[in-house]
Parts: sequence; structure tokens; C-alpha cells
Amino acid sequence: MAIERTPLLSVQDLVVEFSTEHGVVRAIDRVSFDVYPNETIGIVGESGCGKTVTGLAVLGLIPSPPGRIVSGRILFQGRDLAKLSESELREIRGRDISMIFQEPMTALNPVFTIGNQMIDVLMVHRGLTRRQARGASIEMLDKVGIPVPGMRIDEYPHQLSGGMRQRVMIAMALSCDPKLLIADEPTTALDVTTQAQVLEQINKLQEEFHMAVILITHDLGVVAETCRRAIVMYCGRVVENAAIENLFRRPLHPYTAGLLDSIPQIRANRLAELPIIPGRVPDLLNLPDGCRFAERCCKVSERCRRESPVLEAFGDAGDCVACHTPGMPIRETVDV
Amino acid sequence: MSDTGKTPPLLEVRGLKKYFPVRGGVFNRVMAQVRAVDGVDFIIEQGKTLGLVGESGCGKSTLGRAILRLHEPTGGQVLVDGKDFTALSRKALVAERRRMQIIFQDPFASLSPRRTVAQIIREPLDVHRIGTVEERRQRVIELLDVVGMGPEVRDRYPHEFSGGQRQRVGIARALALNPSFIVADEPVSALDVSVQSQVLNVISALKREHGIAFLFISHDLAVIQHISDEIGVMYLGRIVERASVEALYRDPKHPYTKALMSAIPVPDPTRKSQRIVLGGDVPSPMNPPPGCPFHTRCPEVMAKCRSVVPETVDVGDDGASHVVACHLY
Repeated sequence: MAIERTPLLSVQDLVVEFSTEHGVVRAIDRVSFDVYPNETIGIVGESGCGKTVTGLAVLGLIPSPPGRIVSGRILFQGRDLAKLSESELREIRGRDISMIFQEPMTALNPVFTIGNQMIDVLMVHRGLTRRQARGASIEMLDKVGIPVPGMRIDEYPHQLSGGMRQRVMIAMALSCDPKLLIADEPTTALDVTTQAQVLEQINKLQEEFHMAVILITHDLGVVAETCRRAIVMYCGRVVENAAIENLFRRPLHPYTAGLLDSIPQIRANRLAELPIIPGRVPDLLNLPDGCRFAERCCKVSERCRRESPVLEAFGDAGDCVACHTPGMPIRETVDV
Repeated sequence: MSDTGKTPPLLEVRGLKKYFPVRGGVFNRVMAQVRAVDGVDFIIEQGKTLGLVGESGCGKSTLGRAILRLHEPTGGQVLVDGKDFTALSRKALVAERRRMQIIFQDPFASLSPRRTVAQIIREPLDVHRIGTVEERRQRVIELLDVVGMGPEVRDRYPHEFSGGQRQRVGIARALALNPSFIVADEPVSALDVSVQSQVLNVISALKREHGIAFLFISHDLAVIQHISDEIGVMYLGRIVERASVEALYRDPKHPYTKALMSAIPVPDPTRKSQRIVLGGDVPSPMNPPPGCPFHTRCPEVMAKCRSVVPETVDVGDDGASHVVACHLY
């Protein structure tokens, strides 16, 4: 796979804060990563780790107030999105960068037909006439695997099943041929068999449209099957950023290793006890001084409690990790 | 299901059905029936766990509730220790239900926000007037200990806890009356993976140390495998395959079970799974297709499947039961 070496998107030291009743919460703290054209990267982590906020920040969709981008840069094709005005951002959103959300029912407007919602987007961003836009929409619905698209286009969102709605969302997101697609838990609300259909569709379209995809998910299985690289977030920070084979075979951060261990998976021999990560995620309002994972870490040392580790390169494969004692044992591949 | 002289199983479900009427029109007449559960049979022995797996809308939650008569069944029987639970009067039901409890999926919705942890856990004891005030207080501390929480949380409110801890409170409440059977309806689906395994370990310990039988409902085949002794795969209100955990994962028979297993994303990038991607969606239970309910999506469909409902047959070898409802067998 030939990958161009200039990143399409480069997020650098991004900090986003929200003011709440109880004080200012730093939802993401110095988050940095690059996305190259044509590649799919995953952002993984548990609820509240800041993965969705990261996605929203790239699109300039952080609700403000209460949220704001405090510092950092979001370079997209060389332009800093964090500095653009709302109208400039609107130009980019939908045309160059698209997003699909977890719950398609809330993202689609219930009082308009599928066609109405798709056609508007095409008329605004690609300057098509209504007739052309309708044709393009039907073609797009067909591409995402909606049966009888010519009829479905005049239906309302409630007439479609969950899987079909999500495919409509994908069709809308891709209709303007974006360079970057941000998919936030696109299959979490779906059943496994439907999830398989939707993931296959995203993979196929990613190749066909040569776009980059940021897949935000809590499911490491989904990441393993779709992404080339993955970023692991914990408590607002990136703790590891690695090529997918490396991440699963020899995780660098103890949290990544713990996460991999605790995925329920079908095993040839059942375990009496599932491996767990003890304790729980610290409160964002009351963060510890040193490493945020220290209290739950199996390798914790005095230094971890004192000094917060920064994200640094590890090895020569372009992987990075934020840990004072990086490197976990090599994992045996899963056998079923 | 032979009536031999041995002790009856803890729970036996025979031909259980639950239909929901769909009303409409000018006179609000019953226009159609949603066949949420359509003739289900199984047995759960004491201390054993039956895992029930299926996609949303297949009727697995309704089945769990129909067994406890939280939904009054439309037909069929539920036998508890050989006694007909479905025939009990309302009053007798309340007493009998002490032995049967339920844990819900959403730990944010199933605990009253205005009650403290101690009040929530004590409620079943209060309702059934068990023990003195002091005994109930002691029992709450014991129950918290069973689910791995300290006594200091007693006076706190649900909103102060994370999802995993709330789910533990829900489990403690379900244990208050020493039940012999618990329906666990997607108890870990709303939790993050690292917390999910903590809660699963609590449930495993309950099986092991307290001999409680579970009907464990989940859409996640990996979770189900970990916790169950036997597994039933549900599709459109019916159990299409039921077997011991080992047999089901080693040798799934029904094409739906095979597709379901292949659809799980494998957390190993070096192994690209051989996936059977099913076309289409689950048909509406209001208007199920004739013949085998799965024929509209089945990769191995034959002419017969479109018209004849497959009988349930036992294909198990060496005496172990492995039942499947498919014309291939």
C-alpha cells in the first residue's frame, strides 16, 4: 500500500476544556496524531476517555459554550481548522470532512424523507440541480447496499431498520466525496450481523473513494478488522499510537495490554476468571499528579505517581507510547 | 422431557408463548399479533446457566420476563420444581417469586435515584417483611460484600457510582432474598470492557459459591460462552439451536448460529475472519415469513424451507442433547 508521506490531517497538542458546575474539565489533553490519505485509523478507549470530543473538535463541532479549544492545532491539508471562522468551517464540513454518528435515528431528521435530506447536501456542496442531485443520491444509496434505492429515497427514517439508517447516514456522508470520514461508533447500536454488513461497506467505500477514515470505537475487535493504525486514549490523553499488528501483538502501554486481555472472546478453553483491570477511571475533575493510569497499573513505580509520562516514539516502526516503562510481553495470537 | 421418578428440574419451560396484540383502526380492535416468543422449551437444572443469545427483537428479553410472569404468558407452561408457576394465583405468585429475581441491562434506569444504596438493597426484605431492622442492616452489609463493595457505600446514592458499581448494587438487590434462579437480562452490555469482566467475575462467583441458576440473556457470543453451561440461540421468537457450550462452539449446526459466530470481530489483525455476511434484515415478528423464519436470509435455503416449518430434532452424539430446528438435519 503506497501511502503519501504528508499527513492529510495533523492534530497537534490539542487541548479541549468544558466548563461545568463543578469546575473546568479538560476533556482532552495534548492530543496529537496524524492521519495520512487513504488510511483507516482507529481511536479506541472506554467511555469518557475523550475519543468523541477529539472527533468533534476536528470538525469544529465542540459546543461552545461550555466547551472550547484551549490550544493546539488541527492542520487539515495545511490549514489550521482551529483558527477558521464558522462559515469557513461549514464549507469544509460535509464536503471535505464528513462525520457519521452512533445513533442514526437522532442524526436523521424524522420529518423529511431520506431523499430530501440527501439532495439538500448535494445542492449546497456540489452545486447540482435538484434532478441531478436526486440521481446522484439514488446512485449513492445503491452503492451502500440499500435495496430498491429508487423507492427507499422517498421514505422517512422511521420506515427503515437500524442497519439501513446507518447505511443512509454513510451514503449522505460520502455523497460529496470527502477526503476524510470521521465515524463515531458507527456500528455500536447495531446487531453483530448488521455490524458485519456496515463495516464491510465502509471498508469497500474507503478503497473506492480513496478517503481517509477515523474510526472511533470502544471495540478492539472492530479496530483489528478495519484499521491500519490505532490510537489508544485513556482519561483524555493518548497513551499509545501504533501500527495495528504491533498494537495487538506487543502492546507498549499496560493499559492497552489490560484492555486487550479483558475483551470477552470466544476461547477454546474457558477461563475460570476473566482477566480484569482493577479499579476504575479517575474523575476528570480530580486527576492524580503523575500518570493517570498509575492506580490501576501492574507496573506502577514511584516515578509514575510523581511525574506524568509524555508521548514518545518507541522503536523504529513509528509507534509512540506515554509510559515510563513501556513494553509489555508479546501476546500469543488468539486461537479459537 | 420424560416423567421419570427423579426430582424435577429447577425450571422447566414448555411451549412458552407470548403474543402482543397490535391495536388500531376506529374501534381499537386487535389488528395483528406480534409473536415475540413463539413456542420455547428448555430446562435449567439447579446451579446451571442457560445462555440465551440472539439479535435485538428476537424475543430474548420477553422470554425472560414471561418466565417470571412480568409479562403474562399467552400459552405454555413454566414449571418451578415441578410445580406449575403459570397457574399460580396473584397472591401465591408474590410469595413464589422470592426465589426468582431479575437483573436489568441499564444500571442507570433500574435503580431509584432517590434511594440510598442500603434502601435499594433492603427493599425486597422490607416488602417481604424478612428479619428485624438490625438483621436487615446486617444482611445489606453481607450482600455488599458478596458483590465486592465495602459497607461505607450504604448511605450513598446511585448517581455517585459508575456503571459497573451500579450494576453491582443491582445484583446485590437481586440476591437479597436468596433466590435460586436469576434472569440476567444483558447485565454487562452497557458497561465498558474493563468493567464488564469485573461484573462477569462477580456473576461467575455467584454460580460457583451460591449455586444460583441463571438465565443469562446477551447478544454477545463471547460473554455468553464464558458464563453459560448450555446455550440457546434465538431467532424471531424461537430457539433455533440449543446445545452445551462445548458442542455449540465446536460444531454449530444451524446456519444462523454459524453466521452469528462468524460475524463477531476478532481482536487479532493477523487473522482475517471467514465471515458469512447475511443479507437483509430480521423480518418483522408481526408478519413472520412462512416456513422456516430464517429462510429469507439463510445462505443454505432450500425449496422446502419456504413452506414447511422445521421440526426441532436432536442431533447430539454420546447422549448430550444438541437440538436444532433446521431442514438440513
